[in-house]
Amino acid sequence: MKYILLPILIACSLATYAQNASIIKLPQLQQMMAQKADHIKVINFWATWCAPCVKEIPLFEKLGQERPDVKITLVSMDLDLDPNPEKVYRFIARKKLQSEVVILDEKDPNIYINQIDKNWSGAIPATLIINSRTGKRKFVEKELHEGELEKLIAELE
Amino acid sequence: MIRTLLTAVACIVLLTAGVPVKSGYDVGDKVADFKLKNVDGKMVALSDYKNAKGVIVIFDCNTCPYSKAYNERIIALNKKYAGQGFPVVAIQPNDPTISPGDSFDEMKKLAEKKGYDFPYLFDETQVVSKTFGATNTPHVFLLKKEGTDFKVVYIGAIDDNAKDASAVSKKYVEEAIDAISNGGTITTNKTKAIGCTIKWKNA
Repeated sequence: MKYILLPILIACSLATYAQNASIIKLPQLQQMMAQKADHIKVINFWATWCAPCVKEIPLFEKLGQERPDVKITLVSMDLDLDPNPEKVYRFIARKKLQSEVVILDEKDPNIYINQIDKNWSGAIPATLIINSRTGKRKFVEKELHEGELEKLIAELE
Repeated sequence: MIRTLLTAVACIVLLTAGVPVKSGYDVGDKVADFKLKNVDGKMVALSDYKNAKGVIVIFDCNTCPYSKAYNERIIALNKKYAGQGFPVVAIQPNDPTISPGDSFDEMKKLAEKKGYDFPYLFDETQVVSKTFGATNTPHVFLLKKEGTDFKVVYIGAIDDNAKDASAVSKKYVEEAIDAISNGGTITTNKTKAIGCTIKWKNA
């Protein structure tokens, strides 16, 4: 009996760290972006292969924990290059990510990049900040450093 | 006195911070000549291509997974189009202090290993990459010769499927070259793709 229980227990304990990242299409992401809410949305576009993205993720994690008025969403672009999402799941578990992670599954980047933001070249890391009350948004295409996110958010308030 | 000076400095900083940075070439723009060091140690200039009908300028690097995914396709582009008057010129824009795998030595090794039969130039100062407005790797600027000038006719991706060359439905660069070679117009002259950001020197 305990041989059956043990793997289940291990699986459960892992599950408390590793949240599930859902695989979404562009309309779901757009809905997420457009939805009215009282919080500031910080949407970061990243991938497990992107070194500067991985480097800046702790800044988003920290901000999400410190500010209840900010909702972080990390949008993984991994499927654009590798159809297997396993790498993303492993990354989330290894880094014990607390922020919401979604994986974008879309075919034609030449169409969807502009539908996310016209100022985006497609290079990552890129971050979109939306004040959900006013609808004002800011888009930055670069690696962010300590303190920059807070500054960008303040500019939208 | 010091306070006025500080205010003045603060004003200048604020004003210049608000000025939009010119973001490089657009389709239709004339390209300024450039000269960069190739992996064979010799200098290569755009103006060296006197008899070309155009040049496929590709900002590319060693390390980016997209560059790796497109490596064979870039080699194939040169094989197919150099003979038709449109050779590939690859330019590596990344700062090797941030991305050590993109150093000049590593560039030489990759070019040798892959048997590059086109220049792989190092944009050490990043001035050429900024002048073009390159943002990611690989990033294509297709140039067409008009008289003695080179003009930008296409900016963007090589095709519409990074992960799978066999599943490509739109070969943007090939379609553009075929169009201008036949005296036609390019239907898609700007595209976007997901890619690795250029590793700019720390300001």
